[in-house]
Amino acid sequence: MKALIALFLRELRLAARIGGGGATGVVFFLILVSIAPFALGPDLNLLSRIGPALLWISALLATLIGLDRLFQADAEDGSLDLLFTARTPLELIVVVKCLAHWATTGLPLVLAAPLFGLMLAVEGAGLAGVTATLLVGTPALTFIGAIGAALTASLRRGGLLMAILVLPFTVPVLIFGVAAAAAARGGTVPFWTPFSILCALTLLAAAGAPFAAAAALRHGRD
Amino acid sequence: MPSPLRLIVDNLAIDRGGRRVLEAVGFAVAGGEALVVTGANGAGKSTLLAGLAGLLPLAEGRIGLDGADDPEAPVAEYCHYVGHREALKSALTPRESLAFWRDMLGAGRPGLEPEAALAEFDLAHAVDFPCGYLSAGQRRRASLARILVAPRPIWLLDEPVTALDVASQARFADLMRAHLAGGGLIVAATHAPIGLEAARALHLGQAA
Amino acid sequence: MWKYANPTFFMQLAGRLAPWTAGAALLLLGVGLYLAFLGSPADYQQGQTVRIMYIHVPAAWMALFVYMVMTSAALGTLVWRHPLADAAQKAAAPLGAVFTFVCLFTGSMWGKPTWGTWWEWDARLTSMLVLFLIYLGLIALWRTIEDPTRAAKSAAILTLVGVVNIPIIKFSVDWWNTLHQPASVFRVGGPTIHPSLLWPLAIMSLAFTFIFLTLHLMAIRNEILARRVRRLTMEAAAAGENGRAVAASTGVAA
Repeated sequence: MKALIALFLRELRLAARIGGGGATGVVFFLILVSIAPFALGPDLNLLSRIGPALLWISALLATLIGLDRLFQADAEDGSLDLLFTARTPLELIVVVKCLAHWATTGLPLVLAAPLFGLMLAVEGAGLAGVTATLLVGTPALTFIGAIGAALTASLRRGGLLMAILVLPFTVPVLIFGVAAAAAARGGTVPFWTPFSILCALTLLAAAGAPFAAAAALRHGRD
Repeated sequence: MPSPLRLIVDNLAIDRGGRRVLEAVGFAVAGGEALVVTGANGAGKSTLLAGLAGLLPLAEGRIGLDGADDPEAPVAEYCHYVGHREALKSALTPRESLAFWRDMLGAGRPGLEPEAALAEFDLAHAVDFPCGYLSAGQRRRASLARILVAPRPIWLLDEPVTALDVASQARFADLMRAHLAGGGLIVAATHAPIGLEAARALHLGQAA
Repeated sequence: MWKYANPTFFMQLAGRLAPWTAGAALLLLGVGLYLAFLGSPADYQQGQTVRIMYIHVPAAWMALFVYMVMTSAALGTLVWRHPLADAAQKAAAPLGAVFTFVCLFTGSMWGKPTWGTWWEWDARLTSMLVLFLIYLGLIALWRTIEDPTRAAKSAAILTLVGVVNIPIIKFSVDWWNTLHQPASVFRVGGPTIHPSLLWPLAIMSLAFTFIFLTLHLMAIRNEILARRVRRLTMEAAAAGENGRAVAASTGVAA
């Protein structure tokens, strides 16, 4: 337990001191949200309608950016080798690294979402809905992304490959995340149906992905 | 550590990149003994140490540790692996790095405090500078100090003295001797003599 | 059983089998195409476009079948660490991608006259598109990792992750699709398919299976040969220096 806390704190410390972490993710998120109206036109009705979807796509891309370094940095400087020799199971190490990554990258996105939602004329229940879905949905993105990060940990140019490997598997999260966010504003589907499926997807990802990622790390060392 | 440890390697073979790099390697090292592994470039020294540390899958053979307090645990959990890479983050200070590795690798066994371990390597003045500001030799020493904060009986050292000056090498040789005197084991791969006169030698070389 | 898994034996077996499977594929394809295009009636509603189905449906089946083949091979790689399983995995991925592409392409061709649009975000077509993306990701992974043993293990893990996820993706896409367009699309199929349509479909499916078998056997042979070349080259490079490292003088009784 002490080892896991130490790992979590180290990850937070690194994220705070090295650029490219949470703050950069939020800036990227903001840029994605603000270039969309340039492409779609400043029609508030349209933006309000597709706002939750835009926020979700932006959050998805902002989460993936930077996730490629999740294991790569440790693989490059030899830290990963030492983590293999720790008494703590590698699966737990993966879980802690994912949680720390989410706390420094995913959580700021969730906190920024209400603000950026207002820029897209998403208000009231819709805004609450999209924030709630991002809160429970972005951990799933981090865990799924961890599999891709582990597969590409020892590759020098793994970033693009990671996105290609991971994005197809994020389709269900995106579908139910956006559906729940849209349902929060009313409609034929009750909010809780897609929202509970989204929660289930997150739990499934949190339970399964660490095993796949740890296996990928074990087999991936050269 | 008075337990009569004995590291036994039997008929070890390791493949890398589809090629057999090591074949039929066998030796035993008891507590208090050091084994120096020599051989030309590409003879498999680093591969052997990485294999002992559990980082590479074994194609054949087995690695055992007699006298371990937990016979079920992998041998790697008794090993300190010192590879070519320092495992230091340039944004963290040596103190932070060592405190992290103490908690991660120590598993409750008491070792030196980070400051004391760094002082052993003449780094007391650099405890709180980010590792990114340290020279290659200083980084190497900070990295080596890791093995003092989390006591583990087996030291696997891959070219440990590269980038160290003469004084630091002598210092490190003293620490190795103290480790052996305390019942520890050392397996070191090296080109240069590292100051262990009593060490046995394992030469990895040409196939017969 | 292990005898068949020996690469040398497999090379001989595959060399002898491939001409026969190729012949069977050609024969079945000839008969199937004849039945599909000349020997069966046009659909009373869809007209001649129904004939696209004789290629589209078997391609869709093969897209899933090849993924199952890759899954079995992935287990072979991870559990038995067998090089033949590595080769079978690697050889299957591009074939699966091609079958999926054929399925998407013919689906699009059929969609234009039937739905009036080249691409309809229909649930089945969309699931197939995601499967296609997964195939492309696997191929990209194979091409990026140089060491074949490592590449095989990484691809095997990703393949198994895919097996768990494909049903979830299918379920999600179905749900998404019904949410957005409630059953507006006319579809052939169902259990009441007329026998005059069934025969060409069955024969075409068999033909596609044999095409896959033939190409898969040949691609595995290629992969085994490529690995041999790679190993021999590496050994030649190492021979000048060290050759194999063997513990020459241990000086210790093990």
